[in-house]
Amino acid sequence: MIRFEAASKTYPDGTAAVDALDLVAPSGQITVLVGPSGCGKTTSLRMINRMIDATSGRILLDDQDVAKVEPAELRRGIGYVIQHAGLFPHRTIVDNIASVPVMLGRKKKQARADAMELLERVGLDHKFAHRYPAQLSGGQQQRVGVARAVAADPPVMLMDEPFSAVDPVVREQLQEEFLRLQGELGKTIVFVTHDIDEAIKLGDQVAVLRVGGRLAQMASPAELLSNPVDDFVANFVGRDRGYRALGFEAVGTLPLESEPTVSLASSFDEAAQAAQDGWILVLDEARQPQGWLAVADGPASGSDSINPVNLRRGGTVAAVDGTYRAVLDAALSSPTGRGVVVGRDGTFAGTINATQVVELIESRGVAS
Amino acid sequence: MIIVAADSPASASSSPWHFFGYFMDHRSEDLGWLWTHAWLSVVPVMVGLLIALPLGWLSRRYGWLYPPMMSITGLLYTIPSIALFVLVPPLLGLSSLDPLQVPIALTVYSVALLVRVVADGLASVPDDVNQAATAIGYTRARRLFKVELPVAVPVIAAGLRVATVSNVSMVAIAGTIGMSNLGQLFQIGKDLSTPTAYYPPIVLGIVLCVLLALVLDSIILILTRLATPWRRAVPAR
Repeated sequence: MIRFEAASKTYPDGTAAVDALDLVAPSGQITVLVGPSGCGKTTSLRMINRMIDATSGRILLDDQDVAKVEPAELRRGIGYVIQHAGLFPHRTIVDNIASVPVMLGRKKKQARADAMELLERVGLDHKFAHRYPAQLSGGQQQRVGVARAVAADPPVMLMDEPFSAVDPVVREQLQEEFLRLQGELGKTIVFVTHDIDEAIKLGDQVAVLRVGGRLAQMASPAELLSNPVDDFVANFVGRDRGYRALGFEAVGTLPLESEPTVSLASSFDEAAQAAQDGWILVLDEARQPQGWLAVADGPASGSDSINPVNLRRGGTVAAVDGTYRAVLDAALSSPTGRGVVVGRDGTFAGTINATQVVELIESRGVAS
Repeated sequence: MIIVAADSPASASSSPWHFFGYFMDHRSEDLGWLWTHAWLSVVPVMVGLLIALPLGWLSRRYGWLYPPMMSITGLLYTIPSIALFVLVPPLLGLSSLDPLQVPIALTVYSVALLVRVVADGLASVPDDVNQAATAIGYTRARRLFKVELPVAVPVIAAGLRVATVSNVSMVAIAGTIGMSNLGQLFQIGKDLSTPTAYYPPIVLGIVLCVLLALVLDSIILILTRLATPWRRAVPAR
């Protein structure tokens, strides 16, 4: 557990980067510090491992005041990941990962063997082990950065905008894998970002800081979205927070409608006969939804079979145990207004329309 | 034609191309000078680097030190070498033509050149890399030796090449004040050029100096490449 007790950082010219911060980052959880630039989030993070020393107040790491621990010693027990990974350009990937264990006196051979294992764990092929950082893409370097931070198995990890410098697709992958890895490792993590969506996605709890280094609100992501404490937090959290909050609640039992379906191999006439309101849902051999077919589009030219090109594949698919947000999105994105819902195995389960989902959401509100 | 001249016993030819014949006639003396010349070129650079490392590190570590340090070392470098050779013995209480006179003066030049090189080399280490090293628990000393200096090797090595090659030419100047090295060849050429010009020793001096510079430069280049395999790694995409 990390506890800030009225921790402040004031620069000699009198400006306060962090102002009497009280905050607890519980063990085994991800605590995200988020806020606009100048809110002191990175300063707060660096006060934990003493890259910046607090000018007043205390920071306790498992009840030990960090100011009383020798900085290098303190940092060896804390994993640290920065924005551009900061890998050592002169060391191979495997030696980068083994840096801390080797420094702690582990045998080089053993440290390398452990590093190879970690490489796999962060989703990188063994072939990267003996390359140099310059030979890896930004996303791959960041995976190595995470592996290096956890190599000595520190109980605490500090992450300073680790996924901000990669493109959105890679960022999403890294976030997913980070959550998976955290599920396995259960570290106490303090994570800094300026991106509220990232904060809400990754945080077990989110601390919103305002400019001048004061804590505006500390809450779970769902609480933050449904109950922002003031205008600053509300604005920062964003306009569609009502909709996004639905992403944190799993639906109960869905009142699914049955829907006629045909397989890809069916003839067009079969499909046209089964259609409802001029639309028919097409499944593949494994009964997984492929897309909607409009009868008006007609058969494939020169045959009587379904033309796969005409399938509307744009609708999202929700799982029966998904969130309100996923189910509502399936309904809204479907060309027929009927949202496609699948079972856990991905096979078609039924449909539901937006009105029904909204009713569910409203009745949930009444019930609670 | 050169070979013919070299084989001919008429080594009194004053053609500039006769330098090889001149070399064959004075082989042991010339090789001795070449050897001393090589040592005098290399050792001051090594000693200079050892002195420049802490000075360069200091001027990087304490930012206010950088501008005066660069001014002083820059000024040192502008002192004409012949003047410095002559000044060293009285300043340090050595006798004239003391064997340490030239190496000390050359070390001063090497330091002057290398302090900036070391400071700039350390500055070439990316900020992310330094921060990451600190954040994962490197002490300042460990970071310097295990991260900063290795990453600065390409910049420092480039400076070593300049310092070594320029030393080769400055050692020759020391020869003209009587130290025994390849510079002697220029003095001999001058002495033998009365009443008519006699070029072979002068050309030989130039050729041997250039060859020596090329060899020393290549050695540093090869060592640098061996020490920095990461520099040749092909970037992603």
